[in-house]
Amino acid sequence: MSDFAARGEEPEVLFWVGCAGAFDDRYKRVTRAFVRILEHVGVKYAVLGMEETCTGDPAKRAGNEFLFQMQAMQNITTFEGYNVKKIVTACPHCFNTIKNEYPALGGNYEVIHHSTFLQQLIDEGRVKLEGGEAYKGRRITFHDSCYLGRANNIYEAPRAVLEALDADLVEMKRSKANGLCCGAGGAQMWKEPEPGKKDVNIERTEEALATLDGNAEALARIQGKESGNEGATPAPKQNDQSSIIAVGCPFCMTMMADGVKNKERESNVQVFDLAELVASAEGLNA
Amino acid sequence: MTIQNIIFLLVVLAGFGLFAWQVRKIRANISHGRDRDMSGDVGERLKKTLLVAFGQQKMFKRITPALLHLIVYVGFLVINIEVIEIVIDGLFNTHRILGFTGGFYNALTATNEILSALVIIAVAAFWWRRNRTEPVRRFRGTEMRAWPKLDANLILYIEAALMVALFLMNTADLKLHQVENAYLPGAYPISGLLTGLLPDNATTLLVLERLGWWVHIVGILLFLNYLPSSKHFHIIMAFPNVYFSRLMPQGQFSNVDSITHEVKAMMDPTYQVPTPPASEGAEAAPTTFGAKDVNDLAWTNLLHAYSCTECGRCTSVCPANLTGKLLSPRKIIMDTRDRMEEKYNSPLIFDPALYGPAAKHEPQEQLDKENHTLLRGYVTPEELWACTTCNACVEACPVNINPLESIIEMRRFLVLEESAAPNSLNVMFSNIENNGAPWAFSPSDRFNWADELYVAEK
Repeated sequence: MSDFAARGEEPEVLFWVGCAGAFDDRYKRVTRAFVRILEHVGVKYAVLGMEETCTGDPAKRAGNEFLFQMQAMQNITTFEGYNVKKIVTACPHCFNTIKNEYPALGGNYEVIHHSTFLQQLIDEGRVKLEGGEAYKGRRITFHDSCYLGRANNIYEAPRAVLEALDADLVEMKRSKANGLCCGAGGAQMWKEPEPGKKDVNIERTEEALATLDGNAEALARIQGKESGNEGATPAPKQNDQSSIIAVGCPFCMTMMADGVKNKERESNVQVFDLAELVASAEGLNA
Repeated sequence: MTIQNIIFLLVVLAGFGLFAWQVRKIRANISHGRDRDMSGDVGERLKKTLLVAFGQQKMFKRITPALLHLIVYVGFLVINIEVIEIVIDGLFNTHRILGFTGGFYNALTATNEILSALVIIAVAAFWWRRNRTEPVRRFRGTEMRAWPKLDANLILYIEAALMVALFLMNTADLKLHQVENAYLPGAYPISGLLTGLLPDNATTLLVLERLGWWVHIVGILLFLNYLPSSKHFHIIMAFPNVYFSRLMPQGQFSNVDSITHEVKAMMDPTYQVPTPPASEGAEAAPTTFGAKDVNDLAWTNLLHAYSCTECGRCTSVCPANLTGKLLSPRKIIMDTRDRMEEKYNSPLIFDPALYGPAAKHEPQEQLDKENHTLLRGYVTPEELWACTTCNACVEACPVNINPLESIIEMRRFLVLEESAAPNSLNVMFSNIENNGAPWAFSPSDRFNWADELYVAEK
C-alpha cells in the first residue's frame, strides 16, 4: 500500500489479509491463492503488509470492548491515511467487523467478502474456470460461516462460486440460516471448549462427512429426533474420488480440518477454501 | 338492569382491572433496563411486526408445530370477536347481539365452532408432544423445572376447558331453541352434532347454556390474569417485542459509546468528551461496563424475558448446548425474568415462587450466593464462555428474542469490570495488544506469506 502511496496512485481495492491469512500456515495458502487470482484477472490491488493489525474482532466477541476500540481506531487511522474506500477480505470475521462495527467509530468503507468478490469475477467472465483441475462429478459440501451467513446474509455467493466449478454440490441439512457453527467463533478459537459431550467441530464434521457419504442414517443420529424433520435422503456415494468440504473462513478451515483429522478421513476428504478451489480450477497452482 | 348484569359488570371490571394492575408492574420491571437507541425506520418495524408477529413467519421453519400453533392463534383471534359479543350481552341483558348481522354471524359462529374443535385437537397434540415418554427434545433441559412444565400443561388444560365451555354453551342454546321451536341466529356445524348428548328439558338446557356462558367468560378473564405469571404472556408481548427488535445485521454488536470517548481522548489529547444531554432528575450515566444485573441490560432485553414462550428453539440449535455444554440461551432469558421478579415486582397473582422451592431453580450450590445478581446468582460464567456468538439462537426465535445481546453484555462485565476472562483469553488479549494479532507472532512476520509467491509489487 505504501508503494502505491509513494507513486501517488490508489489501488482499486485493498486486500485485507487478516491475522489468520498472514500467520496461519494453512490459511497462508488461501491468501496466496487469492492473490494469484487477483494477479490473474489484473485487479489493481494492494495489501497493508506490516501496517495491518488485528481488527479487534476476537476482543470484541470476548467482551473486551476497550481493546477492540483501540484496534479499530488504529486501523481506521491507517485506512484514512491511504484514503481506502474498498476492502476485500477472505475472513468473515474481519469482514463483519470492518463492515458493521467500524462505522460507529467513524470508519465507513465498502467491504466485500472474497466469496462475493469471486462470484463477481465469475459473473463478469473474468474468471472462466478452465485449464486447471476439474471438479466435475466430485462431491462438495459448503459449510456456512456464521459471520458470513446469519451475521450478514451471504448464502448465495459461495454457492454460486462452487456451482461454477461444475462439481456435485450437496447440502448439509443444517445449512444457510440454519447452519451449525464450526465452534471457533466468539473467541472460542483461543480457548479450550467448556466441558460437554463433544466438541462442536466434531459434531459439524460428522454431519459434513455423513452428507458427503450420503449416509442418511448417520445424519439422523447426529441431528437428534426433533419430529417433523424428515427430509430427502442424499444419494449414495457414486465414486471414490476424494470429496471436499468447502469453507470461506480461516476458523472454519481449522475446525473442519481438525475434525476430518480426528475422524481419520484425510485420505478421501479434503477441506479447501473457495479461493483455493477457484485458483486450482484456473490452473493457478504454484 | 338485572342482578345478573350487575354481577357481570363487577366481574368484568375486576378481571380487566386486575390485569391492568399486573401489566403496570411488568411495565415498571421492564423500565428498569437501560435506555437503548431505537432509531430506525418505523415502516420497517411495522413490516417486521406484520410478518413475524401477525404472520408467524418464523414459525414456519417446522411445519407440524407451525400448523398446530396457527390453529390456536387464529382461534384466539376469532374468539376475541365473540368475547365482544359476550361482554355486550352480559352488560345489557341481550342474547347474541351480533345475530342481526345475518350471513356474517353465520360465518362467524361456524368459523368459531370449527376452529374451536381444531383447537381441542391441537391442544391434545401439544400435550402429547410434551408429555409422552420421549417428548420433543427442546421441551427438556435443565431450566425446564417444575413450574415451567406445569405452566405449559396448565395452559393446555385451560384452553381445552374454555373450548368445552363454548361447545356446552352453543349446544345447549341450540337445543333449547329447537325444543322451543324458536330461531337461533348463527350456524353451528359442531354443536349441531352434539345436541343428542343433552336432555330435552328446557330448564336444564337453560341452566347448561348459562353455565357454559359463565364458565367461558369467567375462564377467559381468569386466563387473562394468569398470563402475566406464565410463559403464555407471549400472546401479548410478542407484538411489541417484534416491533422493537434489532434492525441491524445480526453480526453487528453494539458499540459502547463511553469507551469510544475514552479511546478517542487517549489517542487525541485535544478530544473533548461530549457531555450527555443531562435533563433534570435524569439517572446518572451508567457507571459500570456490561451487565451484572438485570438493570444493566437494555430494556429491550428485559422485554424479551416477558415475550419468551420457553419453546426452546434457541437452545435446540445452540452449538454449545447441542454438544452438551452448560449454555442454554432459553435459560439466560428465563433467568432474566426470574431475577427481575425477585429484585423488583413479582406482579403475579399466581406466584410461581410459591410452587415449591425447586419451582423455578434448583438449590444452586454452584452459584455465588454472596453476589446474588443475574450474573453469578443465576447465570454462571461457564455458561457465558461457552457461547460461539453464532447467532443461531437469534435466528431461531419465532418472536425475535436476542439472547446473544445479554450474553455479550455479561461477558463485557466479566472482562472490563472483573478481569475475569479465562486465562487463555487474557493471553489472546495481550497478544493483540503487543503483537497486533491474537497469536504470539511478531508483527514483522506479517508479510511472510508473500515470500513463496512471485508478485510484481510487494
